[in-house]
Amino acid sequence: MPPPIKCDVFFPAKIFFGVVLLIKPAMEFIDYYKILGLNKNASAEDIKKSYRKLARKHHPDLNPNDDKAKKKFQQINEANEVLSDPEKRKKYDKYGKDWKHAEEFEKANQQQKKYDGFGEDGNANAFSGHEFSDFFESMFGGATGGRRSSQIKFRGQDMNATLHLDLKDVYKTHKRTLSVNGKNINLTIPAGVENGQTIKITGYGGEGMNNGPKGDLYISFSISNNTKFKREGNNLYTTVDLDLYTAVLGGEIITDTFDGKVKLHVKPGTQNETKVKLKGKGFPVYKKEGAFGDLYITYKIKIPENITEKEKELFRELSKMHKNGN
Amino acid sequence: METENFITIRQFCSHYNIDLTFIHTLNDYGLIEITTVEEIPYIQKECIKDIEKMIRLHYDLEINMEGIDAISYLLQRVNSMQAELNMLKNRLSLYENE
Repeated sequence: MPPPIKCDVFFPAKIFFGVVLLIKPAMEFIDYYKILGLNKNASAEDIKKSYRKLARKHHPDLNPNDDKAKKKFQQINEANEVLSDPEKRKKYDKYGKDWKHAEEFEKANQQQKKYDGFGEDGNANAFSGHEFSDFFESMFGGATGGRRSSQIKFRGQDMNATLHLDLKDVYKTHKRTLSVNGKNINLTIPAGVENGQTIKITGYGGEGMNNGPKGDLYISFSISNNTKFKREGNNLYTTVDLDLYTAVLGGEIITDTFDGKVKLHVKPGTQNETKVKLKGKGFPVYKKEGAFGDLYITYKIKIPENITEKEKELFRELSKMHKNGN
Repeated sequence: METENFITIRQFCSHYNIDLTFIHTLNDYGLIEITTVEEIPYIQKECIKDIEKMIRLHYDLEINMEGIDAISYLLQRVNSMQAELNMLKNRLSLYENE
């Protein structure tokens, strides 16, 4: 059994032959006004309007499987989380560009808070709870939870990962161990999985909100094919070179299938581009044990090159015989 | 009838802090199916994910029922077109690599 594939799933994660690529950008100032398309003098109503408009456009529920929209939505949410909260907005306006000094602001503000008591929370929604930028975390220390969301249990966010495999890998059912956020998942990859197909692993997605259930992990298969066989569904296609003499006279040849060699009987007078079907020698049918597609072989007849004088003579003789109708 | 895979509407609404009428309206629009067992209305547990989505659309994005209805239909079309696109891409790659 190979070692587990490390898969600390951020969204989106790419698994390339067991190596997870995670690129974390350097922390930098984020212009929340720009994200919402507003200027610094925007009113609370302007912020709300702009947020609603952009959220409707980029909400993950309305843009399934669109990573760009998801990222944009997180930015919009974060901007709204800050700008719609007067306290946070004030802090952001004062220290935004100079966010490294925000801690000093916090200290000064804490003294004030002792007398203020606890105010209302912000209005983060179900999607915004856990995914804020480093800039936001540094300034505000994480999500505060929303008015509605603080009362509701939502299941965690679904996560997507891409598992890159070779066509040979999916010819047989096999087990892989993926390591997702420190947990090992023993994954059985059924033979016959298709390129682009997605499987769901229940409960391995993001954490639920307010003790809600975990989301699911969706693994998409990206299958590369470095073989001489082409796959369409469960059928395989390939070409086999056939020498002129075997094509004319018939005979037997040994040729490759996906899982070994077979002996083929070639009929006399076989034409170029003739197709033969080898039943059950194709690709395994997904989740149907013992069922296989077919293998289609196209014969490519090779005309002999660099022939000797003697051979040329014999061909001329054959040609004459053919023209004379013998 | 077994109710193991069902959740009562009352329980669901209380959990998500939403109005009962929201679920009944979804049912009226044909977006979900309510099953009544011994006069108690239930929804199927497998629909929860979809209903959560509709809750977010309605309460977070202020989209009305007509909007949710249209979005649900369009998302179904997007999904089926996505599946078709994937199938066609796989077929196209057969010819591109020739």
